[in-house]
Amino acid sequence: MEHAEILHRCFRCGYCKFPDNYVDLNCPAYLKFRFETYSPGGRMWLLRGLLKGDLQPSARMQEILFSCATCGNCVNHCTMTGFKDLLLEAFTAGKEMLVQAGKLPPPVRDYLTPLLEHGNPFKLPAKKRGAWAAGTAADLYSNQEYLLYIGDVGSYTDRGRAMALSVSELLGRLGVSFGILGAREISDGNDARAMGEKDLFEELARRNLDLFRSAGIQKVITLSPHGFHALKNGYAALGGELQVFHYTQILAKRINKAAFTTPEPPLKVCYHDPCYLGRHNQEYNAARKILFSLPGIQLVEMERHRQNALCCGGGGGNFFTDILGGGADAPARVRVREAAATGAQVLAVACPICANMFEDALKVEGLEDRMHVKDISEVVLERKISS
Amino acid sequence: MESIKAKLAKIVGPDYVSDQPEERYLYAMDPGTMPPRKPDFVVLPENTAQVAAIVRLANMEKIPLVPMGAGLVLSGLTRALKGGIILDMKRMNRILEVNEISRYALVEAGASQGMLQAHLKKHHPGLKHSMPDAPPMATLAGNVLIHGSGHLSHAAGFHSDMLNGLEVVLPSGEIASLGSCAVSPAWFARAPLPDLAGLFLGWAGTTGIVTKLAIKLYPRYKYEDILIFVADKPETVPDILYRITGAQIAEDITAWMTPKPLWAKGFQHINITFAADSKEELIWKRNLLRAAVKPYLESKEAGFMPLPPPMKHRFLQVPASDLARFADIKKGGGFEYVGAIMPVDRFPRAYQEGLNIAERFQAAYSLGARIIGVNHCMMFFYAYAFNRADAADVERAQQALEATNTAVLAMGGIPWKAEEPAQKQILAKMNPQMLGLMNQVRAMLDPNGIMNPGNWEVN
Amino acid sequence: MYPLQYDPHICENCSSVDCLTRCQYMHFDLKTAREEKNRILEQADTRVLADCVTCYACEEYCPNGNHPFYQIVELQEKKDFLPAPAPITRQQIVMMQPKGNLQPAKVSAPLVNLCAFPMLAGSIRGKLFEGAATVSGNDIFCNIMWLHFGKNSLIRERVPQSIERLHTFFLAESGLKEMVCFHDECYGAYTQLAAAFNMAVPFRPVHLFEYLNRRLDELKDNIKPLGAKVAYQRPCSNRLAPHTDLLLDEIFRKIGVERAVREYDRENALCCGGVLRGHQKDDLADDLQRRNIEDMRAAGAVYAVFNCPFCMFTLGEAVAEKGLFPILVSDLCQQALERK
Repeated sequence: MEHAEILHRCFRCGYCKFPDNYVDLNCPAYLKFRFETYSPGGRMWLLRGLLKGDLQPSARMQEILFSCATCGNCVNHCTMTGFKDLLLEAFTAGKEMLVQAGKLPPPVRDYLTPLLEHGNPFKLPAKKRGAWAAGTAADLYSNQEYLLYIGDVGSYTDRGRAMALSVSELLGRLGVSFGILGAREISDGNDARAMGEKDLFEELARRNLDLFRSAGIQKVITLSPHGFHALKNGYAALGGELQVFHYTQILAKRINKAAFTTPEPPLKVCYHDPCYLGRHNQEYNAARKILFSLPGIQLVEMERHRQNALCCGGGGGNFFTDILGGGADAPARVRVREAAATGAQVLAVACPICANMFEDALKVEGLEDRMHVKDISEVVLERKISS
Repeated sequence: MESIKAKLAKIVGPDYVSDQPEERYLYAMDPGTMPPRKPDFVVLPENTAQVAAIVRLANMEKIPLVPMGAGLVLSGLTRALKGGIILDMKRMNRILEVNEISRYALVEAGASQGMLQAHLKKHHPGLKHSMPDAPPMATLAGNVLIHGSGHLSHAAGFHSDMLNGLEVVLPSGEIASLGSCAVSPAWFARAPLPDLAGLFLGWAGTTGIVTKLAIKLYPRYKYEDILIFVADKPETVPDILYRITGAQIAEDITAWMTPKPLWAKGFQHINITFAADSKEELIWKRNLLRAAVKPYLESKEAGFMPLPPPMKHRFLQVPASDLARFADIKKGGGFEYVGAIMPVDRFPRAYQEGLNIAERFQAAYSLGARIIGVNHCMMFFYAYAFNRADAADVERAQQALEATNTAVLAMGGIPWKAEEPAQKQILAKMNPQMLGLMNQVRAMLDPNGIMNPGNWEVN
Repeated sequence: MYPLQYDPHICENCSSVDCLTRCQYMHFDLKTAREEKNRILEQADTRVLADCVTCYACEEYCPNGNHPFYQIVELQEKKDFLPAPAPITRQQIVMMQPKGNLQPAKVSAPLVNLCAFPMLAGSIRGKLFEGAATVSGNDIFCNIMWLHFGKNSLIRERVPQSIERLHTFFLAESGLKEMVCFHDECYGAYTQLAAAFNMAVPFRPVHLFEYLNRRLDELKDNIKPLGAKVAYQRPCSNRLAPHTDLLLDEIFRKIGVERAVREYDRENALCCGGVLRGHQKDDLADDLQRRNIEDMRAAGAVYAVFNCPFCMFTLGEAVAEKGLFPILVSDLCQQALERK
């Protein structure tokens, strides 16, 4: 596998398990399972054992490797400057090795197979992709300035569709010229890549790039940070020459142009940094800038924020596979408890996966009365934007 | 008949017990050089009652039990030398009480150094505990129980000296509270009762499983500073340390001697950290430290390194994350050290032996010494980096460690948290009555010999 | 090799003894100053050798250009009056020794010499340094710092090596005749000090202030005056090139800042105190820093401006704690250019 040469260099000092200030466990898989094997250092040594033949690609090994949420906390906090940047790459290479050997946990297979066959992991027809936009002002792309790329979770989950609607409405109100692909949209492939399905990712990337090229698309706004990451970085490595923005970046630039009606009652909001926007792409300010611009909003920070944010547990395909779900230590549940502890009424998100994960977690934790999950665009629209 | 795994699952829940090859593989090793020893099971208990139930089960089944914190001891003490069950204690990581006025914290045995540090910074900014140089995942309990030391050890001794009391599951499965907590609801001291906590300090888990403990906290001052004293004659270092410790101003005094970077080679550096509530007081303390070594400054035989303020931050960072990077100097992911507890007057010889051994084994080394108390003793460390992927290199490091343990004992020092082979070297030198007493204590507490067997054993 | 161009006869006949009477750290009346000067001339023990803080100022004060400071350092070494403890000096010698890892390279003009401060590469940016190449590291370290350690022998040994490397590795290789010295130390080393030790310098060192003035003229349409009052920390090595202090006034004028008139500026500048800590004179360093920063504040300055990175490392946090914004001259210029 790629990066095999760094596996033995991990000392297993464990800085990777923490945020900067060590306040609590910050590796989603280790937090949930608590066996050393599920920590980044454990994975390094297990992969080495696997390559040496000391271990087999057992069901346990599969679960351990695929429980990684690719949140990047380990990369940020590893002390080994000589190779820390390659940690996630090595874990992905480990998964790739299992994928190639056909040794996959059933839920991973259940994700990848329909993705291959249907272009989405939900086994739903492509024509349903743009269904959320029916009856809205969102047009199909035809030479507008931007493509608004929705992605799988935004297209096929209820929560995601609500978010897509809200973002598209707000972009429209702010005068952004954009179109959508509707039924022609296919998966961005980000999470397939994170699950080690490199070939599928490259196939999807090529198809997307061809589609964009043929439609004359040069500038893309993504709903999901996952799509943002894939299009911005993964596609660029395959020759893509797109200008890619996450929707919060576009809103942040335009929010000053919005006029708000009378100040609303004060609202306490905390913002959860999505991994693929924050740690993977160092965009920590756009959403905060938007929230700061709104009247009556008090932004409070969770103990762990920015590069120290605890992942919702949905990354790396875990939203689909649910390996990290269940139990009080499921990352999403820990995170909503942390959010509720701030006293905020709203947990603001910028990712349809986070939105789904946290809404479910709030219900399980019984915190629905105290706190609501809202996407950044929903927070903006509820401040009664005029124009 | 119900399998042991099923019985364990009944105690801790099925998610928190494993007999899978992956856990058995990983928990067989620590980051040091000791060879793997596989456990049969790994369990993650959540509370004292679960620990007690596991101990009762192990007694019934005569299965060895190995308690483990973060597994960062480096000398392999948490390997299952005779198989059995490893209890990874880190789910028991709650901070139960901080008594601000009496300056102590009561924590569960799996609570980590880093989490307590963060908790105190947030909720009790005027307090801190003595952090070892281990990574933040290291547990408070593990470090106290091995007689660790840290950033307040000049001021307050070994971390075991900072122990106010503990809750321990005896090998019988009974739960005992030792220290003031045995009589009072408060965990303020081990005095004035018979000090039974000593039955669990330094025993490498062979007498019971500690589940809670209270440790002393100390003032966290607003301002901190560091001086680095530089000498080039090792024979002067004991006197320099005697003078600096005599000032009783510093919190931590740590010497370091390393061949890399080149400018450090051949010099003895002594880091002296101190803190105060005002800048004026800080300068006043600095001046007292300087006054303590005035003869050296006047003769220009040795002196303080000029350190612009931005350079000080790195040395004041606790925990110091760059220490772990020693493991990567050979791109090999490993280091282990002999920490020798010995009198400070042995410093020159200890240093020279370190250089000799490093030379003999061509080891990538780093030497140093943390001063415990007011020069009462030191933990002199000999760290050797190795390449985990190169068996010959691992073996060479092992040999260097073994030679170091031998040399330390010959100098009148004692290897700390000694590896299994080093324990045997110590026992061979030990006063037979002490060894006899140890054996009697264990026979009484642990008749079935289930507690981390293989440690502190002659054969 | 490299004899010091010092003429004892000039000192013999000097009646004003500015080198000692104007010293800010040793206090002499004229009579005592003359006695001490005679001891120096006789190469006898004198408190000057023990108490000199090595601030370079007497190089500026001497009306005859006779290098009194270099002669003091010469005697410190000869008579074993080393200012710092022996291990500290030995350690610094190893720390700053050439590493032999610099490779010859073709570089584009302007070539900016960052000396031993590679961490300042981020300051070489924007329009101000458009197209600039940088060199840094021990191999081209100007080595003037040994004046602080009583080690003229190292000046003789290492300065010519650095000159040679700069010339052959970069300048000659690239067909360049001049090099911008980011730090006063280098400029002083390759102009005044090299001349004093009779060392040939086959290129033209350009003082940073000269370069900045040139660029600010070229970019004058982009300058947004900062309109702030600044306190300047004049470094010891600027004593070797006093004329450049006037170039700084021009820079300040161009970027619209006012150089606060204060007690410890110009010829009366105070040492930052960093070197004094190496000399184990912490009490004196504390006192100098306190007086200096109080003076900056009393003058109403908003910025504390440095040209010497070491002065900034030494004083930066302390001035910031007192509410001043520590900044390098070049970064202050950048602010005027980047201001929106």
